[in-house]
Amino acid sequence: MKPETLFDKIWDSHVVRSIEGGPDVLYIDQHFIHEVTSPQAFDGLRARGIDVFRPSMTLATADHNIPTVNQNMPIRDELSRRQVETLTRNCNEFGITCYGLNDPHNGIVHVIGPELGYTLPGMTIVCGDSHTSTHGAFGTVAFGIGTSEVEMVLATQCILQPKPKKMRIRVEGELGRGITAKDLILYIISQLSTSGATGYFVEYAGSAVESLSMEGRMTVCNMSIEMGARGGLIAPDDTTFEYLRKIPALSNRPDFYALVKKWSRLRSDPDAVFDRELTFDAGKIKPMITYGTNPGMGISIDESIPALEEISDETKASFIKSLNYMGFTPGMKLAGQPVDYVFLGSCTNGRIEDLRAFAGFVRGRKKAPGVTVLIVPGSKKVEKQAIDEGLADILKDAGFVLRQPGCSSCLAMNEDKIPPGKYAVSTSNRNFEGRQGPGARTLLASPLTAAAAAVTGRITDPGELMQD
Amino acid sequence: MPKEKFDILESTCIPLPIENIDTDQIIPARFLSLTSREGFGEYLFRDWRFDKSGNKIEDCVFNNPRYSGRILVTGKNFGSGSSREHAVWAIAGYGFRAVVSSFFADIFRNNCLNNGILPVVVKEDYLQNLLKTIRDNPSTMARIDLDKQLFTVLPDGEGISFEINPYKKECLLNGLDDIDYLLSIQDAIKAYELRKTLGK
Ligand code: SF4
Repeated sequence: MKPETLFDKIWDSHVVRSIEGGPDVLYIDQHFIHEVTSPQAFDGLRARGIDVFRPSMTLATADHNIPTVNQNMPIRDELSRRQVETLTRNCNEFGITCYGLNDPHNGIVHVIGPELGYTLPGMTIVCGDSHTSTHGAFGTVAFGIGTSEVEMVLATQCILQPKPKKMRIRVEGELGRGITAKDLILYIISQLSTSGATGYFVEYAGSAVESLSMEGRMTVCNMSIEMGARGGLIAPDDTTFEYLRKIPALSNRPDFYALVKKWSRLRSDPDAVFDRELTFDAGKIKPMITYGTNPGMGISIDESIPALEEISDETKASFIKSLNYMGFTPGMKLAGQPVDYVFLGSCTNGRIEDLRAFAGFVRGRKKAPGVTVLIVPGSKKVEKQAIDEGLADILKDAGFVLRQPGCSSCLAMNEDKIPPGKYAVSTSNRNFEGRQGPGARTLLASPLTAAAAAVTGRITDPGELMQD
Repeated sequence: MPKEKFDILESTCIPLPIENIDTDQIIPARFLSLTSREGFGEYLFRDWRFDKSGNKIEDCVFNNPRYSGRILVTGKNFGSGSSREHAVWAIAGYGFRAVVSSFFADIFRNNCLNNGILPVVVKEDYLQNLLKTIRDNPSTMARIDLDKQLFTVLPDGEGISFEINPYKKECLLNGLDDIDYLLSIQDAIKAYELRKTLGK
């Protein structure tokens, strides 16, 4: 048999049929929906007079535009309220499970899928949200789709997709102390640029990737889209199975160990061919931060922003526009720059390990005066865990408040907006112009770098405060 | 459900020579709260077209009366970032039918094709020349012939060919949509499900 990549194995086993010279009809095992990108899809079904084909294979949550305080009160913004109500109504009408606001299972779609055991190795998973690639951490083919495609999945459990090319990115060696999965992926994106993996599906491998926890792996896969990739995945291993075993809904299944056995075979064959292969040295990675308005514009925190001469001619106009927006100049150093806001949260870094890392860092320290800090758990479960483990108290003692779960400042559809011109060190995934509110200036970084900024009020290498 | 067919488009163009334009620029998130497909056109590039107080930003190309048309010509890696189809609804709602660039982000390209907007990929140096031509002469007309897969600057430019997936081309030419196709093969989908449960 021809050697195959893990991606090929999963994709090919889900092809219902291939259209001559066209896309594949791909069967979807798990579909997630949320309030923002689904209403028009349900309208489409109604206009055609059809039902949802397999309602049990779609799961809904409200996350994108919900407030992160007083969630028990009616949503103040009328349009947001209407969107959340529309989702509930659509799910009731079409028989779809919906973890709405205040449900103990509610949370950001890419946080709850894995934590509730919906995300399983070998699956095809889609959602009308580009960070669906997060689920790839479990060895799934998971990617974001548009609303027309959401409608396709609701109507037929299939979508039409051209098969992407395959890339493998190995990161070998050991990450230094205080260097996180977020630094690793920001480093890779800075090397590849924001379009460097467009057209590809990426498999992450190598000892540094294998040594990551499931949460770290989710952070890495989450940001695949930021280099243009269709998605990213990591072969499941004991770390994966151990994580899944701790989910009661799964370990209670009589066939759990049979499934683990099946999942253990999900890996790329030794001589499988990739269209492109890259290798990076984990030892070279330092704490990363972005300085511009796309996630590819990242540097390590002790470096300077590139000088104008280092930028190619076609890119110069965008580079200058970007630095103007950020209020930075070419060649300047970022370390030591004042920070107005810090955001810990999102489907990239809103999991319990991220909250633990942040709380561990600020324990015994105090929030810097003048910095506003938004700490938003990724789900109700993460929120509860943070309270039960005492993290909320540690945060409180240091002058921080734990908010309620949601996407929050990641895309600022709710009230958690960064004001125009203000600088925010954010653990989310996008630093686009206006992403965190009109005129907001976002610097993407890890939870530790966010914590260092929260206690110093400046862009600070967390390593400098970790020497003990 | 049948959509507007795409065959030949002749139009002036609007030049936007910026790279890596993401969907958060095309339609900022705070305008995603509508629950229908209509009404997004007025929010297209909202924060580039209007300042905080809602006044027109004069040097934005969309506010420059010299430029108009149904073809948007723009820098490399257009449409990166969020999968929001609202970006394409905004482009369509504003009146565009085609976007020309040297490179498109994947999800955005799919979203375009699913909404009758044609993404035309041209080489980088061709794109740079085209942007210059339009800026030098805003009344420049271009012609897109989907059937022949040709993009031509009128009146006498040399037509250059562009790629499009043959299946998607058929869909656009005939105004067909993927869901009609998928619904028509539901038996094959059920047969697949059966094979899968039987463990093949
Ligand atoms: S946290 Fe941000 S990136 Fe993640 S699903 Fe929500 S809006 Fe999308």
